[in-house]
Amino acid sequence: MSAATADAGTVAPRRRLGIWRRIKRWPTTVKVGAVIFGILALAALFAPLIAPYKPNEIDPFALLSSPSGQHLFGTDDTGRDVFSRTLYGLRLDILLALLVTYVPLPFAVVVGALAGYFGGWVDTIVSRLADVFIAFPFIVLVIAVVAIVGPGIEGFLIGVPLAAWALYARLARAEMLVVREQPYMLATTALGYSKWRAIFKHGLPNVARPCFVYSTIDLIGNLILLAGLSYLGFGVQPPTAELGGIIADGQGYLLTAWWIATLPGLVLVLFGVGVGLIGEGISDRGLERGGR
Amino acid sequence: MSSPLLEIESLRVEFPGEEGERLVAVKGVDLAVEQGEVVGLVGESGSGKSLTCRAVMRMVPEPGTISAGSVRFDGEDVMALNTRKLRDFRAHSVGMIYQNPFGSLNPTMRVGGQIAETLKVNKGMKRDAAKKEAIALLERVGIEDPEHRYRAYPHELSGGMCQRVMIAISTASSPRLMLADEPTTALDVTTQAQILKLLGKMRAEEGMAMLLVSHDFGVIAQACDRVAVMYGGHIVETGPVETIYHEPEHPYTRALLNSVPELDSAGNVQRRAALAGHPPELSEVIPGCVFAPRCEHAKQECAGVSMKLEQVGSDHESACPVRPYADAGARGTAKAGKVEA
Repeated sequence: MSAATADAGTVAPRRRLGIWRRIKRWPTTVKVGAVIFGILALAALFAPLIAPYKPNEIDPFALLSSPSGQHLFGTDDTGRDVFSRTLYGLRLDILLALLVTYVPLPFAVVVGALAGYFGGWVDTIVSRLADVFIAFPFIVLVIAVVAIVGPGIEGFLIGVPLAAWALYARLARAEMLVVREQPYMLATTALGYSKWRAIFKHGLPNVARPCFVYSTIDLIGNLILLAGLSYLGFGVQPPTAELGGIIADGQGYLLTAWWIATLPGLVLVLFGVGVGLIGEGISDRGLERGGR
Repeated sequence: MSSPLLEIESLRVEFPGEEGERLVAVKGVDLAVEQGEVVGLVGESGSGKSLTCRAVMRMVPEPGTISAGSVRFDGEDVMALNTRKLRDFRAHSVGMIYQNPFGSLNPTMRVGGQIAETLKVNKGMKRDAAKKEAIALLERVGIEDPEHRYRAYPHELSGGMCQRVMIAISTASSPRLMLADEPTTALDVTTQAQILKLLGKMRAEEGMAMLLVSHDFGVIAQACDRVAVMYGGHIVETGPVETIYHEPEHPYTRALLNSVPELDSAGNVQRRAALAGHPPELSEVIPGCVFAPRCEHAKQECAGVSMKLEQVGSDHESACPVRPYADAGARGTAKAGKVEA
């Protein structure tokens, strides 16, 4: 018996699966989440093609008309098509949420990972700085920035990364403390690799996973925050179509023209559910893989 | 005879204690490994065997330090190497494999890529050449269908296969010394034997010397030329593997061997005498012989023993001056039971 055959009982090596066969192996939560996210993201991406009207196009003969074949989500008090405005609004919300979530992420993860790896004064500086930002309630900090910069998306674009980096840095630091002690990190030293190779090639990919999982939750949070700020009038300014703004516009008509606030609100909820399901599925898979 | 490949002299490894005291985990170890020789380092958990092994690469875990002693590799003082030379030494002269084969491989990288990385970084190979060589290495360590396995992730492989990959990585730059820290402990018995056979094959092909750390006398007996028995931070006995196995001089070695269950001629398991008590804690300071508290032959003068190894036979040294077994002859094993009976 050759040595290798006795190692049987191993998992058969994964063939390069076709994309469909891979998708079949996804957990149901991820599948459902992906479908919801996919439809909404595509609709948002191709809003200019799908939307039957321009977001600010006024139909003076159909003010506050209820949902129909002509206006799927009805029209608002100035006769603008709510369906078209929802698509354009979602598009802007997703874009801005992606921006504030994923632009600071790599920076924060690297800073946190370095703090965890080196410890000592590097760790002290990063951790205390992170503590300062985490000490303020997130939304208060963002609103404070908005108050300084003035209403508009600038406040959101500056405020969120300013507060959010600290959480990712902390997460990456904690993860690096664990990863640093793993035998494969010891092995990089034994193989004579440089510290930088150990950190960036072998440490970071293992540190990044929980940060990415968390970022999916964060993405919904940021999207809802933007909608919230716009609803309050601190975010995207009218007449630009944005979900929070549309909901704010429709609030006054909740009893007479319920569709203006309700239907865009449902889209927002649906989007959140979709992304959340994907995140949950990934973190389950993460547990299963890291369980050994 | 030329100087040995690896020469450890009066090595001490210390850890700072909670109250500022210094806990000494390795207390003046002398050990030599000749070219192409396999030396076993055997002892219970906490005897300092793994630390001794890691000290060779100056990889004692923080906050421990090597406080005294020297490590010479091929005549060169490892303790005196600067950062650059130390990295070079780790990359080319010595390979290391560990107890946990799953944990030793990066879970986010394909195994082939990890082997190729070593070849690229430490041997300066180009991408395509490294991939080809990595596949050849996978084949050499006995992995079937290496082109296919090249693309596997560690979690898709068994423990034995991961250890094979680890051996491929650590022998990629043809080191002259392999440090194997409990390489088979996490594996089942059949796989153990295969890994030991593979290490033996690498040694024969490459003329590679090996320092094999294990708590399992069976593994040591199977793979080693010489054995050093460690207890409480000291080496208590060294000698050729047959001598240690059949004629152990130190009471600890004898107790350790007697605690291994064996089969008698009828195939029944012979329950052997388990060693009473437990190994000393790091904080315990035992005057004289560290084994005296558990030793059935302990005498009053044991408290004044220096723990220095004394010659007791040709190439056979023991740290026990009492020598209770000096005239006892061969140790009675189940198979050789008649000798003692």
